[in-house]
Amino acid sequence: MSPKTLYDKIWDAHVAHEADDGTCLLYIDRHLVHEVTSPQAFEGLRMAGRSVRAPDKTIAVPDHNVPTTPGRDDPKNMTEDSAIQVAALDKNAKDFGIHYYPVSDVRQGIVHIVGPEQGWTLPGMTVVCGDSHTATHGAFGALAHGIGTSEVEHVLATQTLIQKKSKNMKVEITGKLRPGVTAKDITLSVIGETGTAGGTGYVIEYCGEAIRDLSMEGRMTVCNMAIEGGARAGLIAPDEKTFDYVMGRPHAPKGAQWEAALAWWKTLYSDDDAQWDKVVTIKGEDIAPVVTWGTSPEDVLPITGVVPAADSFEGGKVGAAQRSLDYMDLKPGTPLAEIEIDTVFIGSCTNGRIEDLRAAAEILKGKKIKDGLRAMVVPGSGLVRLQAEEEGLADIFKEAGFEWRLAGCSMCLAMNPDQLAPGERCAATSNRNFEGRQGRGGRTHLMSPAMAAAAAVTGRLTDVREMM
Amino acid sequence: MDKFTTLTGIAAPTPMVNVDTDMIIPKQFLKTIKRSGLGVNLFDEMRYDDDGNEIPGFVLNQPQYRSAEILVAGDNFGCGSSREHAPWAIKDFGIRCVIAPSFADIFYNNCFKNGILPIALPQDAVDVLMKDAEKGANARMDIDLEAQTVTTSDGEVFHFELDSFKKHCLLNGLDDIGLTLEKAASIDSFEAKATADRPWV
Repeated sequence: MSPKTLYDKIWDAHVAHEADDGTCLLYIDRHLVHEVTSPQAFEGLRMAGRSVRAPDKTIAVPDHNVPTTPGRDDPKNMTEDSAIQVAALDKNAKDFGIHYYPVSDVRQGIVHIVGPEQGWTLPGMTVVCGDSHTATHGAFGALAHGIGTSEVEHVLATQTLIQKKSKNMKVEITGKLRPGVTAKDITLSVIGETGTAGGTGYVIEYCGEAIRDLSMEGRMTVCNMAIEGGARAGLIAPDEKTFDYVMGRPHAPKGAQWEAALAWWKTLYSDDDAQWDKVVTIKGEDIAPVVTWGTSPEDVLPITGVVPAADSFEGGKVGAAQRSLDYMDLKPGTPLAEIEIDTVFIGSCTNGRIEDLRAAAEILKGKKIKDGLRAMVVPGSGLVRLQAEEEGLADIFKEAGFEWRLAGCSMCLAMNPDQLAPGERCAATSNRNFEGRQGRGGRTHLMSPAMAAAAAVTGRLTDVREMM
Repeated sequence: MDKFTTLTGIAAPTPMVNVDTDMIIPKQFLKTIKRSGLGVNLFDEMRYDDDGNEIPGFVLNQPQYRSAEILVAGDNFGCGSSREHAPWAIKDFGIRCVIAPSFADIFYNNCFKNGILPIALPQDAVDVLMKDAEKGANARMDIDLEAQTVTTSDGEVFHFELDSFKKHCLLNGLDDIGLTLEKAASIDSFEAKATADRPWV
């Protein structure tokens, strides 16, 4: 047999039909659904008199525009248009008989946090969702990617997706990370190296010692931002950490089925002599704690750096950098660690898991946030929130001056009331620093949870290593 | 789905790289449960000021480009979220074709589901088309999907590549779900075998 990559293996196990031109019907094992990108898809099914082919493999949870303040299970406490979308999901879940975690359920949260937490996401699966950050689930060695609403409808109706195979890209992070450097710094640094289009047309497999050393939470952070590098999906081969994380979760296999699953999962790795279309290698020890300065996730620099000049770039990026500098109101040459912030946001599908909250709390323990700053923690799920409360993390955040919110996407994309005002500057653990992403005119600097916590204490972008 | 065969229209120059889906349609307009009516908010934050007035300098507010049917843009167009509201807004405005050196993967796929033709061409070709678009309303560009060509107002022809299946569906306005359901027997047999092999799924 010819050698295969992990991607090749998962792909081959899911081709339900292949046409002469290589167009495939890829079978989908898990379809995750949220309130914003699904209403038109369910409506399409109704109009055509179609049903959901595999309701048992379809899991829905409202996350994008739910408020994160108490009383939110009363629709009166949502804006009218948000309430309509959430009500539509309630109804669609019921009408079509799919699994559902409503806002009133403690297990509700961001769809990409709930899926793994409940054991819906398993190694070797194909996972899709009408959301680009579906790449998160690649941390389990599952082929996971975002789709548009027409494709959501297609998967609902047929449990397949029309696909052509992507190319294979290997991103290897060798060696050990230095203190203060986290999964977020890895994933941002990779995008800084390859650019936001560097992964276009590829599925990335992340490997190397620094990746193996990451927890499952850290691996999810890395894969989550594969899309920000343009890749269709990011993957990490499953190992003992993966199996330990999955074992015992509500929807993970049990007993003999667990043994059978484990036997297959252990075959899910790239063969030594597998062929790669592109390889990127970064030394783990070369990665520093980083922040973004501009309005693209590729605008990444170590916190010790300075704001770059537009003319230090080439081609179309010169104009884009100038536009970023104007939008961000930054002057070239300014040390990044002198940039003052108004707001801190800790949360999102990138960094809203328990380990992220632990890392931030570790920095905040016994400290207060800078006077006048607004800071919030939005746990990624109701269960993450509960666990953080049990571990005493919630108290640390509250005593430091953070708001302790309910689970949801919140200020990552500002579809709910959590938004930046025009001109406000935010240290955020989310995934996109696009213009207006966190609110019209808002300015976003992306970073790790520990770095965001450090910024909350000083009121400016801060090298977390100074606080360790 | 609407067919796409040929198009002769005004092209609006948008010489920016990394035009993201938040720029194309900001999140406050994603709260609709319909696919229509988003054109008025296409590029909302670049197109209108805080009071909702048009910003005169923005390309689609300029008289010569108000009825543009083609966009010429920079690298990595449509990056960011999977929101199909982006192509819905583009289509609703009246744009049927976007030309750029490269596109983000999900956006590119979403276009084909909505009768929009995304054309990827090398940077130097896009530079020529950008110049042509800058001539305004008197310069019409021709797109021929069957022949896979873009022709400038001066008659210069550029050939583009695209996937044959996507081309076939767009030319004929075919509905993907209908096509896939014709292969229901293959899905049934795959599903039966997969369930036997991997019962835990």
